[in-house]
Amino acid sequence: MGERIMVTGNYSAAYGSKLSRAQVVAAYPITPQTTVVEKIAEFVSEGYMDTKYIKVESEHSAMAACIAASNTGARAFTATSAHGLALMHELLMWACGARTPIVMANVNRAMGPPWSVWADHQDSVAQRDTGWIQFYAESNQEVLDMIIQCYKVAEDPDVMLPAMVNEDAFFLSHTYEAVELPDQELVDEFLPPFEPKEKLDIDDPKGFGSLVMPEQYYEFRYKIAQAMDNARHKIRKVDKEFKEKFGRGYGGLVEFYKCDDAEVALIVAGTAASTAKEVVDYERAQGRKVGLARIRAFRPFPYEEMRILAKRIPIIGVIDRSITFGFGGAMFAEVKSAIYNSEHSPAIKDYFTGIGGRDITPAVVTIIIDDLYNVAENGLDKEIVYVDVIGGDL
Amino acid sequence: MTEYEKLDDFPLTPITTTPSSANKTGGWRTLRPIIDEKKCIKCYMCWKFCPDVAIDIVEGKPVINYDYCKGCGICAHECPVNCIEMEKEAI
Repeated sequence: MGERIMVTGNYSAAYGSKLSRAQVVAAYPITPQTTVVEKIAEFVSEGYMDTKYIKVESEHSAMAACIAASNTGARAFTATSAHGLALMHELLMWACGARTPIVMANVNRAMGPPWSVWADHQDSVAQRDTGWIQFYAESNQEVLDMIIQCYKVAEDPDVMLPAMVNEDAFFLSHTYEAVELPDQELVDEFLPPFEPKEKLDIDDPKGFGSLVMPEQYYEFRYKIAQAMDNARHKIRKVDKEFKEKFGRGYGGLVEFYKCDDAEVALIVAGTAASTAKEVVDYERAQGRKVGLARIRAFRPFPYEEMRILAKRIPIIGVIDRSITFGFGGAMFAEVKSAIYNSEHSPAIKDYFTGIGGRDITPAVVTIIIDDLYNVAENGLDKEIVYVDVIGGDL
Repeated sequence: MTEYEKLDDFPLTPITTTPSSANKTGGWRTLRPIIDEKKCIKCYMCWKFCPDVAIDIVEGKPVINYDYCKGCGICAHECPVNCIEMEKEAI
């Protein structure tokens, strides 16, 4: 058994990188991520981490340094948030195309303007197509565990893609929870050193990610698509192995909560799931059979799990904590498209809420559940609704 | 460009063993800078401003490397004594 300590989600991320023996950390501070890299800097300066800590002048450079480090065969880690992640955008694409299994903690923060430092998922959802594996954590323990799991998935020779662990600003980043630190020895057994097949070597100079003609470009991208599909299986496998070794598992890409006999189900990512689970329990005590599916992996998207859910449950409500202006939310669109060509077609409704750090309270979740039962009785009226906002629908 | 027959033969990312300097870009040039050695005061402003690092200092004198010079004319523009002429490349 490891030691139990009280830490914030950000410290938990720092401990995750330490336990994973990250060899290079390049980062630029941004609220609310700052304490992740502050803690790592402390670990490095006090000799608890054998790590090259590179101070850079921007997030763009932070990711560039991580890519180069990973190309040399070093395990690289960074952390950012919102505008920092947006500034990395070009290099996020590069990290994927260069097949560098960097792991990053992203503290989910709303994009400005209006200027905000509080939680929603707009920053990371907007990076959907960069080729990064994306996880959304519910607890500080999950932040730490997923950093370790992510290295194992990302560095797998059949995957070799970067991975992002998202934690909701303040709900996790600055909130203390009891977290079990796994024994270093066990983590070392679980996560062997990173040994890529090809790496930069000053005695045998090579260029990575160089120009190719249209006759070859598509093949390289096709291989990335295949790698992301491989990641889908590896995530499930690694989560099982993790559970065997450390006693904690999260269910792979999706965590199902009381879905087996559910009449309606909520789909939610991140910390809002904790509140929603409480409401599910309360509703069940009142006789309404509500279930919940927590999307843990947004990329690769758990379409198989969504189809299993569609088979069992006729009414599904998706909570979107970011807005894809022009049509619904990304979570809703993905869930709906994952289910569309299957033989089951439950009613699916999109609920925007929790934007810019607004609390998703039990009352808000109850409004959504009431509305789902209204859909069950009267059919689907409106597909996309805005909840708990002045002038909104519910 | 290495040819690959099967998808499995492709590396994860394209890997090159030749530096990008193997790609000589002088052929892009439509105007050729010519330095008048007699007027040159050896201030090296041209060397400093050349965005392609295509001017070398050889025995104290700036010498244009036509393998890489793209003929942008920045050297001629920056020369304080106007000793660099941009001449049309012959076809």
